[in-house]
Amino acid sequence: MLNKIVETFDQAVLDVPDGAVIMIGNFAGPGGTPNYLIQALCKQGAKNLTIVANTAGGTGLTLYYDDHRILFENRQVRKVIASFPFSTSPSRPSPAEKQILSGEVELEIVPQGTLAERIRAGGAGIPAFYTPTGVSTVVQDGKEIRDFDSRPCLLEHALKADYAFVRAYKADSIGNLVYRGTQRQFNPIMATAAEVTIAEVDEIVEIGELGPEAIVTPSIFVNRIVKVTEDQGFPRHLERSFWVKRI
Amino acid sequence: MKERLSREVVAMRIAKELFDGAVVNLGIGIPTLVSSFVPEGISVIYHTENGALGFGPVVTAEEMEEKADIDLVNASGQYVTPLPGMCFFHHADSFAIIRGGHVDITVLGVLEVSEKGDLANWMFPGRGVGNIGGGMDLTFNAKKVIAATEHTTKDGKPKIVKECSVPLTAPECVNLVVTDIAVIEVTGEGLLLKELAPGWTAEEVQELTEPKLIIAPDLKEIEL
Repeated sequence: MLNKIVETFDQAVLDVPDGAVIMIGNFAGPGGTPNYLIQALCKQGAKNLTIVANTAGGTGLTLYYDDHRILFENRQVRKVIASFPFSTSPSRPSPAEKQILSGEVELEIVPQGTLAERIRAGGAGIPAFYTPTGVSTVVQDGKEIRDFDSRPCLLEHALKADYAFVRAYKADSIGNLVYRGTQRQFNPIMATAAEVTIAEVDEIVEIGELGPEAIVTPSIFVNRIVKVTEDQGFPRHLERSFWVKRI
Repeated sequence: MKERLSREVVAMRIAKELFDGAVVNLGIGIPTLVSSFVPEGISVIYHTENGALGFGPVVTAEEMEEKADIDLVNASGQYVTPLPGMCFFHHADSFAIIRGGHVDITVLGVLEVSEKGDLANWMFPGRGVGNIGGGMDLTFNAKKVIAATEHTTKDGKPKIVKECSVPLTAPECVNLVVTDIAVIEVTGEGLLLKELAPGWTAEEVQELTEPKLIIAPDLKEIEL
């Protein structure tokens, strides 16, 4: 059986080349963000990256830990595809905001549902799809418009990546994944849309320990698994007792 | 200056639009407050973009130590509480719920709303940047879009305008505008003034509104 377990985050991201397209699971807080993979990539130093994520990091809700904001701080990003790229706090602009406004980083802003569906389509072999979202707005620029049931819709193209960094709760040793609460968000769809998917998890269990009905991401979508160890300083300043009891 | 309704009272009025079993998505600002005023006997199912349905109230500051969980948050990044029957799903399913028209009511904040019901709310005023987030998918696809807003800007300019001057979130999407002085329905004929805050007249509301308002025959004071 293929061994997907990698001992360290540094090893897991070692082969990411300059210019890679990387999807990163994230939403509006530390839950569901693969912090250690991001930190390892920052250390590894690959440049001219294209980041596909809901935010561009450091949106104001995420200042207490290292999300992909540090990749911008470290000048590793050339382009970002996101739905919520800017900090909500004008007094605390994110590193990405400054770099986007100065032209150093290219921004493709995408409605969140369109972003999710483009990623899903990328993983599902659908090259493009039509959606009404964005007609008569800035999102429409340069896109084909076609009416369905008399409603104008935009043609949107699938997104794929070289790597997906995903955060899950538990993996079994072959890479089946389960998630905890709202940790799920973009992670399961990103896992399907990349050449190499690397999962950062709390626990790695034996085959058979995860109920087949409970598995969200099938093992075939996961190439590498890295376990977060207790001593790595994750900001667990919050009790996780509710979920730990139930999954 | 005439007295205007507080943000809480605006939220309370919007809460009257909710119905039993409604799937509801609340935006940031006044909309978030709506969840505190759901009428008795009515139970709604909250949806959040990051993939949950049927969760409970936001964790309060006092409860933070005991209940906050980084893996149980709403779209504003607030910690919420679990409820029996709650469920989780990934982002593509979450927006299938939105895009598929399965959200009954969304309540969103406003920069400008036009007489045709165009909504603009995603650019930050004066910063030249903005976040689209889930707002476009919601306004294009929810069954009912309620705009919650102060009637005028901080400088006293109308937020209800003939044509939006800032980039649109969606054209012709708003069904109902609830402000701190009036309740206005967007109709095919134009904006229908239906309710007034206590002490306000239709003429006074019109003065603070750019497009011409149609006065409802049964115009009344806002009831809570």
